[in-house]
Amino acid sequence: MTSPADRTPARPGRRHLLRAGTLGAGALGVGAAGVGLGRSLGAPSAPADSAEEASTHWAPYGGPTVPFHGVHQAGIETPAPASATLLALDLREDVDRDGVLRMLRLLTDDAARLTRGEPALADTEPELSSEPASLTITAGFGPGLMSRAERPAPDWLAPLPAFGIDELEEQWSGGDLLLQVAADDPLTVSHAARMLLKDARAFTTPRWGQTGFRRSPGVVRPGSTLRNLFGQLDGTANPAPGSEHFAKVVWIEDGPFAGGTSMVVRRIRMDLDGWDEADRGARDAATGTRQDDGAPLSGGDESTPPDFEKVSANGFPVIGEFSHMRRARGVDDGEHQEIYRRPYNYEHAPAPGSGLLSEAGQVFVSFQADPLTQFLPIQRRLDELDLLNQWTTPIGSAVFAIPPGCAEGEFLGQSVLE
Amino acid sequence: MSQHSLSQHSFLPSLARPTRRAALAAALLLPLAACSSDPSDGSGTGGTASDGSGTSAEGLTLVDPWVKAAEEGMTSAFGTLTNDTGRDLQLLAASTPSAGMVELHETTGDGSGGMSMQEKEGGFPVPDGGELVLEPGGDHLMLMDLAAPLRPGDEVELTLQCEDGTELVVTATVKDFAGAQEHYEPEGSAGSGASDGGGEHDGHDADAHDADGHGDHGADEHGEDGAE
Repeated sequence: MTSPADRTPARPGRRHLLRAGTLGAGALGVGAAGVGLGRSLGAPSAPADSAEEASTHWAPYGGPTVPFHGVHQAGIETPAPASATLLALDLREDVDRDGVLRMLRLLTDDAARLTRGEPALADTEPELSSEPASLTITAGFGPGLMSRAERPAPDWLAPLPAFGIDELEEQWSGGDLLLQVAADDPLTVSHAARMLLKDARAFTTPRWGQTGFRRSPGVVRPGSTLRNLFGQLDGTANPAPGSEHFAKVVWIEDGPFAGGTSMVVRRIRMDLDGWDEADRGARDAATGTRQDDGAPLSGGDESTPPDFEKVSANGFPVIGEFSHMRRARGVDDGEHQEIYRRPYNYEHAPAPGSGLLSEAGQVFVSFQADPLTQFLPIQRRLDELDLLNQWTTPIGSAVFAIPPGCAEGEFLGQSVLE
Repeated sequence: MSQHSLSQHSFLPSLARPTRRAALAAALLLPLAACSSDPSDGSGTGGTASDGSGTSAEGLTLVDPWVKAAEEGMTSAFGTLTNDTGRDLQLLAASTPSAGMVELHETTGDGSGGMSMQEKEGGFPVPDGGELVLEPGGDHLMLMDLAAPLRPGDEVELTLQCEDGTELVVTATVKDFAGAQEHYEPEGSAGSGASDGGGEHDGHDADAHDADGHGDHGADEHGEDGAE
């Protein structure tokens, strides 16, 4: 790890820091990266004799790194950071299997370096690589990539069937290669995404890009459930990362993709202007939960199991049969599936003349071992009946196979493409 | 197995083999490649080459070697050469099977705002404990008469030779790179042009208009690709 000023290849002393990096790896990153920042800020009260302390004091979220190498790819079970860019790329027509492998080696090298807070090879803005801010880079394969790499795709790797609620737009759907770039800082995400795009350019053309945000670091307790733009706690029913339950829901057990998973990306437009018309009671009825604390309408708090049997004085279920939570959980269908949701909010300026105040929604991201037996039944039920559909519209959809993680010296997807 | 086999001639088989030793160092220094010139040296050292000529290259390292992708003609190679051999060295020459000729080039201001590149007579000094930075817009290795297209993700074997016979063999990664243009002149520049030796470089610019689309799209073809 080197400090920002020392990352420019031309500066003397860089190699010594590089060597320090080989020994200390991530541990040095926090301190070293902060030296330059502290100085540039003037950091009057920063103790001069403790770069590490100064760094964590002034920039506690810039230095942390998330290991890139491992059994699973980062960016799935790891905490969802504040800012994300999802990129879908299409392979150029003349790219063959060899080209796919060359591309993945380049992208893997970029990802390994950038997530350590180091510049990518031939990085023209190494200054933008020095604050990893918990950067993760996750790659997924569409059916097109598997076919080009001359390897069989999992049988579930295909576009989802059409749903009645869908108003899909080509510009938000499909893709041969998915890159999820996420960090606690949007500038870090931007640079990493551009670096990856530059190295993918000879092999791919951009298909779509979606940016999203969650809470900034330090704003809410780590592990808090996401609030979406409707104000709802979104993801309460998720299996807990790090648990056996999570592993069972998310990771593929057998076959070439063992240790990997499937990723469903849905762009869901949220009608905030229409939502404004719904008063609190109508809103809570639509989800079956309280907007303020996420508790089920049957009582308790966010973590309390909902009581779907509970009826009102009039004999109607307290958690309505049309409510999002009841439908998603399959309560009245005698079935239950689980997925792990890791969504991001999006909000952009509205199209000129649209009359809207904003173009907003959710980049819905879910991971599950098998989308056909886990995601699909849930989505089918919600397609049939879910009061929340009144304010939400899926406008994009894509499915990717997420290969397992790689070890140092390997490239992403190596085990599934060999 | 020698890391020598990780050259561009055995690219696919190399995919199956994780770097064996000093994995962390290798990942930091040469994640896409390994560099050892000596087939008998089974303990490749990640970034530091074994000697290839009888004079020990222990301690001489080319950190992060890379080559700009090119369809034909010429291109440049970069990296940071660090010298911990215990003696002063003079980098005199370089060679690669991928190019007919390699020259050591320096870049200097031409006094009128432009940059000029020319062959560095006598090579570059690399003092003990010091380093030589080869980078776009600065000193670099000029690869001429490319034997074949150098496509992004390819690997190129480079041999660096020092005056005292020290030889370093490394594997460099080919990168799609927009800069490092031999003839690049900012608009309005009054410079005499960043000439790198005259007419023989014309083929370099010609690449930009060569849209025959074979192989992967080289760095110079992006103008056309962007319009798709």
